[in-house]
Amino acid sequence: MNRGLPLRFAAAAKSYGEVQALKPTDLEVRDGEFLTLLGPSGSGKTTLLNLAAGYLEPSGGRIFIGERDVTDLPARRRNIGMVFQNYALFPHMTVAGNVAYGLTVRRRPRDEIARRVAAALAMVRLEEYGSRRIQELSGGQQQRVALARAIVIEPDVLLMDEPLGALDKQLRRQVQLELRRLHEEHRRTTIYVTHDQEEALVLSDRVAVMRDGRIEQLGSASDLYDKPVNAFVAGFIGESNLLPAKVTSLEGGEANVAIGAFAQNATVPAADGLNPGDDALLLIRPEHVRIDREGLAAEITEVVYLGELTAFHLRLAGGATLWGRQITNQALQRGMPVKVSWERAAARIVPKD
Amino acid sequence: MKRRHIETLLLLAPAVIFLGLAFVAPLARLFSLAFTDEAGMFSTFSTLIDSEVYRRVMVNTFLVAFAVALITVLLAWPVAYILTRLKGFWFAFALYGVLFPFWISVLVRTFSWMILLERNGPLNRFLINIGITDKPLSLLFNDTGVMIGMVHVLLPYAILPLYGAMLRIDQRLLLASDGLGAGLFDTFRRIYFPLCLPGLVGGATFVFLLSLGFFITPALLGGSNAITLSMLIASFINDRLAWSLAAAGSLILLVIVLALLAVTARFLPFGKGVYAR
Repeated sequence: MNRGLPLRFAAAAKSYGEVQALKPTDLEVRDGEFLTLLGPSGSGKTTLLNLAAGYLEPSGGRIFIGERDVTDLPARRRNIGMVFQNYALFPHMTVAGNVAYGLTVRRRPRDEIARRVAAALAMVRLEEYGSRRIQELSGGQQQRVALARAIVIEPDVLLMDEPLGALDKQLRRQVQLELRRLHEEHRRTTIYVTHDQEEALVLSDRVAVMRDGRIEQLGSASDLYDKPVNAFVAGFIGESNLLPAKVTSLEGGEANVAIGAFAQNATVPAADGLNPGDDALLLIRPEHVRIDREGLAAEITEVVYLGELTAFHLRLAGGATLWGRQITNQALQRGMPVKVSWERAAARIVPKD
Repeated sequence: MKRRHIETLLLLAPAVIFLGLAFVAPLARLFSLAFTDEAGMFSTFSTLIDSEVYRRVMVNTFLVAFAVALITVLLAWPVAYILTRLKGFWFAFALYGVLFPFWISVLVRTFSWMILLERNGPLNRFLINIGITDKPLSLLFNDTGVMIGMVHVLLPYAILPLYGAMLRIDQRLLLASDGLGAGLFDTFRRIYFPLCLPGLVGGATFVFLLSLGFFITPALLGGSNAITLSMLIASFINDRLAWSLAAAGSLILLVIVLALLAVTARFLPFGKGVYAR
């Protein structure tokens, strides 16, 4: 069951004088979808969210919720649920007062408000906390109150602006799973802003990676990880080795590349915008780097124990360096000469920025 | 006793000794005079309370103080709000506009008002010229004059706490209210106003308490037609040498002030901020 409406940006843009905070952007968030806007600060993700909420007026383009053009409507007429980074809970009201607020100002009957507030508090597991003051709650509890307050009004779209930013790492994990459970139960259209790639991968149906006011790539977590369109996305999602390479020829969806660092040629899937003769970057994920019996001569310059996995840093005979990762194996020692190979089928090329 | 405590005591001592000798002791002496009338221990109080005239003065003092507090807060609200919206040069300009009167003697300001409010003064001439009235209004030597003068002198005491309270309000709370579907009036009534309340109550209390004990402004602008409690006390001492009555009057004023403070203290942002972020 989907409870929510699709949200669509049509060439939505925002500039402040000469500065373009958001270049004209098209984006459709499907109904019931959890879409994350991921990017460093200043990438335009919060601008896009605030345009959806109605807290900013676009300098161009239109915004639709369902069939309705909401571009000129203030936030209060859009039926959105917003969760702020600092929660923005009303300090002079109780927990129940905060959650009830959206219903109170909609002039719902008193018994309906009581019933829905109780249900919303139960949903975030704060049944017992209705009469508490906001100041008495921990950060994680405040975060859940903010969520209950946004959800209780049955918004068409739920908007969240780095809602876990203020929580410590362990709590963040826990709340991430909680958010995912809630989304799977209720399937409400959600736009979520974060700069934490792991959070984006855990929560989202689709992720839009943003940089400099535009969407660099939109896709599922595995799309972004396996088929990044450029070096920025490759570097932002997961860890990566990027090595200079030159495209020598294209053939039936495959590209032959010359890899200077390896003094090798290889065949990898072709990428949009890359033609023979172009300089490109070869992307090898650390888990695809293997220490083997055959291969390139290298020396281990660093060993980082991560528990189940061990990361190791390699210097090749030609001077290039690579990060690799494998199941922990006590045999790896710093300074050890080894042979290195890489999974050719998993490698990708991306355009040089 | 720990060394730290001795240091604290030594540092406090000069101020405490000075206040004790120059303020607490004379005050205690003055209040003790209230109970030394020949007619009996509490006769001064019964004289004050039984007399129709004195009762009227006390009631009038309270009404004037209440009106002054109300008018001051109403005038202070928009000024404080605009202060929170201004930036850079205009903010500094407006803030100095609010603070400037502090640096001019109350006496000078009160005399200036006497000139402005005179029967044939600039204000009356202006009102006649634009046809609001045909004969001069009596703006001086009555409660109107007293209130105009006191509102002017006390306005900063209401603006500053209100401005402080407004400044502390997180703008995101207003956005949150808007996003939850509240109209502008609901956001004002349910969020903005309650969060301003500590500053509002604080400012109004300051103004009210200061108005109760105000002397120079009512004495000069009100004259004998608008006598306040402080003027009455002064006249007990200066005209009638009735120290015990003056002491009783002061004591009544002090007790009322303390009682009011106790009531409003819970709204005032003393110590920790009431709604600290």
